[in-house]
Amino acid sequence: MTWEPVIGLEIHVHLKTRTKMFCRCPVAYFEPPNTQTCPVCLAFPGSLPVPNRKAVEWTVLLGLGLGCEIAEHAVFHRKNYFYPDNPKGYQISQYDEPLCVNGRVPVPGADGDVEVGIVRAHLEEDAAKTVHVGGAEGRIHGSESSLVDFNRAGTPLVEIVTAPDLRSSEDAKRFLQLLRQTVVELGISDAEMEKGSLRFDVNVSVREAGEAALRTRTELKNMNSFNFAAKGIEREIKRQIGIYEAGGEVEQETLHFDPGNESAPPLRSKEEAQDYRYFPEPDLVPLEPQREMVERLRGELPEPPWARIRRLEAEVGFTLAEGLVTGGRDELYSRTPGEREAVANVLMNELAAAGVDPAAVNGEELGKVIERRAEIPRAAFDEALAASGSGGFSAERYLAETAIADVGELDPVIDRILSENEQQVEAYRGGKDGLLGFFVGQVMKETGGKANPQVVNERLREKLNA
Amino acid sequence: MPGVIDTLRLTVEEATGLLERGEVSPAELHRAYLDAAAERNEELNVYLCTVDDGAEGASGVPVAFKDVISTKGIKTTAGSKILAGYRPVFDATVASRCKDAGLPLLGKTNMDEFAMGSSTENSAYGPTRNPWDPGRVPGGSSGGSTAAVAAGLAPWALGSDTGGSIKQPAALCGVVGLRPTYGTVSRYGIVAFASSLDQVGPIAKTVRDCARLYRVIAGRDPCDSTTVELPEPVELPEAEDLKGLRIGVPKELNEAKGIEPGVAGQVARALDLARELGAEVGECSLPRSVEFGLPCYYLIAPSEASSNLARYDGVRYGLRSTANGDVRAMYDRTRHDGFGDEPKRRIMLGTYALSAGYYEAFYGQAQKVRTVIRDEHAAAFEQFDVLASPTSPTVAFELGARTANPLAMYAADLLTIPSNLAGLPGLSIPCGLSEGLPVGLQLIGRQFSENLLFRAGHALERALGFDFVPERLR
Repeated sequence: MTWEPVIGLEIHVHLKTRTKMFCRCPVAYFEPPNTQTCPVCLAFPGSLPVPNRKAVEWTVLLGLGLGCEIAEHAVFHRKNYFYPDNPKGYQISQYDEPLCVNGRVPVPGADGDVEVGIVRAHLEEDAAKTVHVGGAEGRIHGSESSLVDFNRAGTPLVEIVTAPDLRSSEDAKRFLQLLRQTVVELGISDAEMEKGSLRFDVNVSVREAGEAALRTRTELKNMNSFNFAAKGIEREIKRQIGIYEAGGEVEQETLHFDPGNESAPPLRSKEEAQDYRYFPEPDLVPLEPQREMVERLRGELPEPPWARIRRLEAEVGFTLAEGLVTGGRDELYSRTPGEREAVANVLMNELAAAGVDPAAVNGEELGKVIERRAEIPRAAFDEALAASGSGGFSAERYLAETAIADVGELDPVIDRILSENEQQVEAYRGGKDGLLGFFVGQVMKETGGKANPQVVNERLREKLNA
Repeated sequence: MPGVIDTLRLTVEEATGLLERGEVSPAELHRAYLDAAAERNEELNVYLCTVDDGAEGASGVPVAFKDVISTKGIKTTAGSKILAGYRPVFDATVASRCKDAGLPLLGKTNMDEFAMGSSTENSAYGPTRNPWDPGRVPGGSSGGSTAAVAAGLAPWALGSDTGGSIKQPAALCGVVGLRPTYGTVSRYGIVAFASSLDQVGPIAKTVRDCARLYRVIAGRDPCDSTTVELPEPVELPEAEDLKGLRIGVPKELNEAKGIEPGVAGQVARALDLARELGAEVGECSLPRSVEFGLPCYYLIAPSEASSNLARYDGVRYGLRSTANGDVRAMYDRTRHDGFGDEPKRRIMLGTYALSAGYYEAFYGQAQKVRTVIRDEHAAAFEQFDVLASPTSPTVAFELGARTANPLAMYAADLLTIPSNLAGLPGLSIPCGLSEGLPVGLQLIGRQFSENLLFRAGHALERALGFDFVPERLR
């Protein structure tokens, strides 16, 4: 029997506005607890919310970036529930009239696009952070006490809900990478999972191939990386298939992963039917984004990542194209001249390994280095890449360093290394071809990386095969 | 000094004159009211706390605030035990506007807990008594503020009005009270009861004093998204006639069951006077507003209250009860101990009305009815400039008379609720006595028509010649 996974995502993106969603406290993540607060975000009696204009504008911008329709009339609702991280006893969120609806994101894959529907993108405020003291693994169960830090309370959050259009963990990961890249390029969020500025939950179910209806889903919460999520989804798909094949039924439940410990099995909890008693927030007037603003923002949208992947695919193939775009390297790629695949490979491998910020690199100069990389010493190439992000970087200095190609200079070095490593020479001559790399490495070490690798290779082969 | 300052009689205009002529200092004026409070507060229980700071830095006439208004560093309880000992770290916008206008604070006045009530008997700090008859209630929920003004313990005061909480106690205490157009006065710093209905407004002995205080507090506040700029500046009324004014008398508001004959009689006399002053008086109708107003209000207000009162959880301020168990147990115990019966009743009503499966039938339906009420009023204002009715169906009732019967208590707001639901301004002025107790006349205007209400109220006030000093204190 063939099983088809059905996956939907709920993503929370922290907007990097200067101030919180409904008050003027700074949005700051690493300040001492409860120092970024005021009567509004602490819910003192009589305090009132005032919406952050920038946050509204950025949500509209993101909606446009995800192909959404922007509502002419959107409403904030109160979502009522008691919890210590929820100071008002309600969260200001959006319910049946969100800012952005009906988007579509094409996710390019090696075998064509997967179209992912965006059900909605809405604006809400984040909760405070609770720290549970004295319990196992910082969980509330069994803890002695809980501490609340309200610095995060009221920071602006966009929630994006996809349709259940994804069919594999690989596609889910691709979508998340594209979404993150979109958010970063729009300049509205750091979208860093370690900082919690990008969080997501995954809904997973499986059904028999060809089956139209959806089966019971489970919700995976608190995953801390895309790879971890992909693994979690895989595992959950297998588990559900196992249950059905054994004649069982999947139960609706939530799997809480421990973001601090990837190997810990998720905690399971029954999904309680919560009644949040949503009603329109009477302290706020409806949002009516002006059409001129929407059109201005639409005009400012950069070319979306998926379109760029398709464009670059023709030059360097799908894998490199996807890597360049989702890694934020395609902008540098486009301004770095040279043989396209060579440039793409250097950007994805050596430059990435050097930890250089692509935006800071002078592409013209980098192109010169890549073009001549076979002729200059390896060390000079590495140095050039490491320096390519600093101001005033010029290829000239590195290109001036020529590799030692003079046989008269290299031969004595090669001879000495061969005589010092008789055992390896025997082994090579006995058929261990792979040892050639060992000898090349030794010569490079002796010459401080300045030998021309091509010449060294030739001379070594000649001498070893003599 | 007592020779100059008769707090029972002194209007704000007169007090301003004394200050301008240098006959008294702001501190002396402030002291005179505190002395009056020292004398009469024990009997009336008007003030929950007084501010004896020598009126430092003040230049104007002292003012009292209903205890629902946040005052920096000064206890603000909203009449509830759950806020016992709470001192705000910030001033409500209306409080800072009064401060900026040089008005020193006299104290915080008693009220029904979270402004839920019509008699000030629901206060966790004991009932306030009516200066006209201490055996009777002052009305509510701003009964502390209206009684303070009537008893000469404050020249003017701020109250708040959700379903009638300024107009009704103003009527029962024989003073003037304005419930402004929704959105003209900031709610920032006002302990919330029902956000879509709460409005702060002035209470004073005369219409002109009321207009003066309204001028201090009104206008857009960037901290309250629901406020707007006034379309025209507040004017102090001068006119002594009502020429050209068309007064509508809604049949249902004037003939509702439960209106005492003495009340109806005084209102009829006031309308006769209005005709003599040149007004055109005609009958009109608000059938659905009066029939459905009360039930509609008792769905919307408790729904919003159930959410607004969720923040009192013992975590950050106010009362925290200790409980064995987890944080939920602490919440339960704190809220059980901290809230009185009326907030509990309304939290339950509201929680139910908002619940899944009931929302459409209750809260959703009430919002639709609210639109109907708004439209019905708008239609009446096509023919009339002002609508008139009794403010309260009855004069002040005896303490304890309605405490056992919440529905009888709710009926006290029958005539004030419809226009409140429509977001319209309403002014209550005293128009005579019935059985020796004050009767209030309610004048309702179009949105932002406060100036017209002041004009009509002022002319009638002069013609009526009502003596606002309670007979027993004269």
